[in-house]
Amino acid sequence: INQFYLSHKCVHCSSASGHFVFFIIYATRSLIIQIHQFILQEDLNKKMLDGLLEFVKKSAASFWCRDDDWMSRMRASEIPTAALVLGVNMPDHTITFESMTELLHDSLTPFVASVQAKECTAMKQLMQKVLQRLMGTNVMVDEDEAEADLGFHTRDCPQKRVNCSLSALCDWYQSATKKSPVKSPRKRLSSSQSEFLQSPPVVVIFRDLEAFSPQVLQDFILVCSQYVHQLPLVFIFGIATSPSTIQRMLPHSVSSLLCIELFQSLSCTQHLATIIDKLFLTSKFHFKFSAKVLQVLVGIFLYHDFSVCNFIKGLQLSLLEHFHSQPLSVLCCHKQEALVHAQQLNDRDGCVMKSQTSLLHHPQGVCQKLLKSLHKYHKNFYPALRCLHVLTSILPKYPLGKQIRELYVLCLEKKVWETQEYDSAMQLIRMLAKDELVTCLQKCVEILTFCKSKKLKKVGQQLQDITYTLYASTIKCINHLHHPYSSFNYSFQTLLEMKECRRTRRKTPYEILRNAVVDYIDNLVKTHLYPPESQPLYEVWYYSSSGTVRRHLNATPRTSIQTALSHPYCYLQNEALKNDSGIISSAAPDICIIYKLHLECGRLINLYDWLEAYATVATAAEGKDPSAIEGGKVDELKHARFIRAVSELEFLGFVKSTKQKTDHVARLTWGGC
Amino acid sequence: MPDQLEHLPRLTHLLPCREAQIKTLLLLLGEPEHYSYPSIFIYGHRASGKSHVTLTLLKELKMPHVVVNCVECVSLGLLFEHVLLSLFGSSHTSLPRGPSLSDFVRLYRQLCSEDPAKQTRYIVLDHAELLRDMSANLLPGFLRLQELVEDNVTVIFLSEIVWDKFRPNTGCFEPLLLHFPDYSKVELQQILAQDSCPSYSPELYSSYISILLGVFYSVCRDLRELRHLAALNFPKFCEPLEKGEAKESDAHKLWRNIEPHLKKAMQTVYLREVSSVQWEEQQQKEEKEVGELRGLSAYTHVELPYYSKFLLIAAYLASYNPARTDRRFFLKNHGRIKKTNFLKKHEKTSNHLLGPKPFPLDRLLAIFYSVVDSRVAPTASIFSQISSLVTLQLLTQVGHDDQLDSPKYKCAVSLGFVRAIASDDLHQHALRWTADHRTLHLRHHPVGSHPTSCCLWVRCGPRAAVWEPVCVQRRGIPRQPPALDQPQLCVDCAPAWHWLR
Repeated sequence: INQFYLSHKCVHCSSASGHFVFFIIYATRSLIIQIHQFILQEDLNKKMLDGLLEFVKKSAASFWCRDDDWMSRMRASEIPTAALVLGVNMPDHTITFESMTELLHDSLTPFVASVQAKECTAMKQLMQKVLQRLMGTNVMVDEDEAEADLGFHTRDCPQKRVNCSLSALCDWYQSATKKSPVKSPRKRLSSSQSEFLQSPPVVVIFRDLEAFSPQVLQDFILVCSQYVHQLPLVFIFGIATSPSTIQRMLPHSVSSLLCIELFQSLSCTQHLATIIDKLFLTSKFHFKFSAKVLQVLVGIFLYHDFSVCNFIKGLQLSLLEHFHSQPLSVLCCHKQEALVHAQQLNDRDGCVMKSQTSLLHHPQGVCQKLLKSLHKYHKNFYPALRCLHVLTSILPKYPLGKQIRELYVLCLEKKVWETQEYDSAMQLIRMLAKDELVTCLQKCVEILTFCKSKKLKKVGQQLQDITYTLYASTIKCINHLHHPYSSFNYSFQTLLEMKECRRTRRKTPYEILRNAVVDYIDNLVKTHLYPPESQPLYEVWYYSSSGTVRRHLNATPRTSIQTALSHPYCYLQNEALKNDSGIISSAAPDICIIYKLHLECGRLINLYDWLEAYATVATAAEGKDPSAIEGGKVDELKHARFIRAVSELEFLGFVKSTKQKTDHVARLTWGGC
Repeated sequence: MPDQLEHLPRLTHLLPCREAQIKTLLLLLGEPEHYSYPSIFIYGHRASGKSHVTLTLLKELKMPHVVVNCVECVSLGLLFEHVLLSLFGSSHTSLPRGPSLSDFVRLYRQLCSEDPAKQTRYIVLDHAELLRDMSANLLPGFLRLQELVEDNVTVIFLSEIVWDKFRPNTGCFEPLLLHFPDYSKVELQQILAQDSCPSYSPELYSSYISILLGVFYSVCRDLRELRHLAALNFPKFCEPLEKGEAKESDAHKLWRNIEPHLKKAMQTVYLREVSSVQWEEQQQKEEKEVGELRGLSAYTHVELPYYSKFLLIAAYLASYNPARTDRRFFLKNHGRIKKTNFLKKHEKTSNHLLGPKPFPLDRLLAIFYSVVDSRVAPTASIFSQISSLVTLQLLTQVGHDDQLDSPKYKCAVSLGFVRAIASDDLHQHALRWTADHRTLHLRHHPVGSHPTSCCLWVRCGPRAAVWEPVCVQRRGIPRQPPALDQPQLCVDCAPAWHWLR
């Protein structure tokens, strides 16, 4: 898909007065995303991978330092096994395993073999794959190999002939480790100095444990356990569902040969939250989604696949689409560059600018000023958003959402302070207990003081002052406070009474301060959390065509087939087919006619009737009088076309031949008529 | 006779509690130069000393032998090559690619003519049950190998399976059968007590072993495993001794210390819920009161995407409900169904006892669309989720013939699993359409979570045969469960409801 877009982009660029800036910006942008993604990935799994590394190191060490005391003689020697619970987002596992293999390679052992279930359907293949990946040579399994292979394994090169057995692996391991010290096979600057342990462990990674056949796995473990004294084996199981899978797949006699330790990766929703936090809730990254697009992508993530990789792919796709379809996207870059580009745009094609809706009410030539204000707007937007989230995420029932992305979507959609949820949230904040309020305020102050905008810093300063005052007053009015949450248990009556009493009572200093805080926050929201649509030139940063994203990422093959068949104009773009009425156009392709006709039938379709109906339509297309078909005879050409169309329809799964009636076919779909 | 038995005392000392078997074997093997019986079949449970006894015997008597583990031999060639290499040394063993038994026999005879047997040669095939799957003529061939190669060779088969399960249909040479019975408790005690810890007296270790056997003998007779467990828990047993809290003679005190510990070990480390290393670490840390280690089966929760959850619930319903009840459960205007013969006789037995039934893809999707709340477009990702559920082994695909037309699936998860998924959020209502009244027993929720199901449960519990959602006035169970303080109960159920609370 990348290739396709790039070639398109070239055409687009050359036609649009040849500035290749598009291209450069796009390239850097996608690079940034990739880098970001990798950093995130490594950071998130770092804890798990570190634990794993420690485990492998420990078990390897214990293998070689196995002293000859009573305890270790008595203990059954088990194969150390790490069970990684990775979650059901299987597309993401590839990255995890890659980084894991790399990590092991770099720091611990050159002997890592990773196998997948689909390449190991039998013991033989599993053994072969493991040996091949460890030893880096061709491993012979006699019966399988084709005759063509025979020339390769002749007696001339007996060293190529390696038996597919673990004893061969043992011999190889002995000879490989004798040439000590073992160096990393990849000569890297960082790792070229590092030497492995005297005898590094042999790691076998089973990427998808669930898909392995239990029998194969059992046999392999049984065999390996025979060699556990000669080979420092370590297994790593990648598990998608739950660790009890191990117990389901392996009987006790086999699982007792393993020493299983569990490692759990971060849940993918947390992963998503981090990505949104790092990529979207920052003014450094200039490409943004509109509320709809973000909802589509998050929806695909939560409802369909849980896959962070796919989410990133969606992001990249929309990035491409944005640069492809939006001429103003050239301004979507760092501030200084953007100002330069804006100057060029102003000089050359002002009409592009004029066409944008957000610029209707602005005079020409103010582009640079507007761009600056756009940058400024974003600088203020995210800290304000975070502050609001800090305060609302502790409220009962989360009126503005538990996750920051929900609040973000809300703010993107409309003016958040005009919503009912916002009002109720503010009311709840007005009832907040002191300790909670203070912790929230501290977080807010932290956010605000770390941001660059002066305005926000000032607000942060003011909030800080309030926090200090709150501290000071703690001692004074400790008895005045009643905890608001306890009041939830009271009946309605008592609540009313309390409200009454509150109205009449003089406010405590704490209440006054609390109200001040709420006012500050309210003010902050109202000045900074305008939806981006209100900003001129917002199209530069925001990508808003959710339909395109959905079409590309969440395809509906069935709907498209049905659309193609019932409205061929959508795809063929032939003017003759353009009619919206339900009439069967005779100019349509045969299969469309056949499809339309079959919609009018019941469960069973009589082939002869169908043929006649088709012939009538087809004859009309030739401009002849349909009634001119003499004696019910259909000419052979039409007959052949009909048969071909029916078999195409059968291939698409709309009809099926039945055994009940030979001259009938059964309909397989319903509706649409 | 006495010639063969001269080694007996020495061997019995090496291999305790196997005197009878050793004696039989010694007599069977006979004098080294004599021809021995062509094939011997030794069977017995795991860790009953089959291979240990055989190998020690062959080694002690210095007989020429080769041991092949059949699990390891992924191909026939490997097996043959291994045998020839060990018996005749590395001299040109050139088997053709993909050798057959006749190739092996030919080569054996050729090599044998150069180097005829002075003593009986022994081929020991461990895990012999795998020979059955390799090649049809392999097992009969090995059984009469002596005859085929005309050499003084004996094949010993070791297996955990009885000979009756081996005998091919076409008949074969019958081997001599030798059974290794399980060790009795006394024997286990005797064997385990032998390897006592050097820093303590053998009596102490022996008493420890008897405590250990008292706990574990009922669940485990595997010598290897018992030895492992003994080693793992011995430090804990010695703890009071090292601290000076007890003397070696305080048997009762020591027992009180170790017994609960062993019981815990039985539930955790024996089942490999907790690994041995973790178990040892925990023992050392115990003083600091570290948090309880969670076993493997404690992590049963599986996070699934929203629609995958519904697909799995739909699959469960499709697998355990009879297809003819679908109309009733998932259509709004199903006709009135007679109460008495709603379920047919054979359907009254619990569907959970019968196991999941296969269902076509169409049915799964139909149930899915009626269970899921919102309108879902039939996108490609819905279908790919089905196949990823299959890869995760939560669904299984039945029959592989008609993939394009109508694939069939079975639900591979239990009610508990589906219930856990459903209770994740508000998927609970999706699960209430289960025709099986026994399900409703299980669906009895604690106070408040779903009073209607309690009501159904009470209603159907004692009479058991047929259930009807009586208390919801023939219109099905309401989507939202009624509020806790005012359950909408029928007259019949109201008292029972109060009783339940």
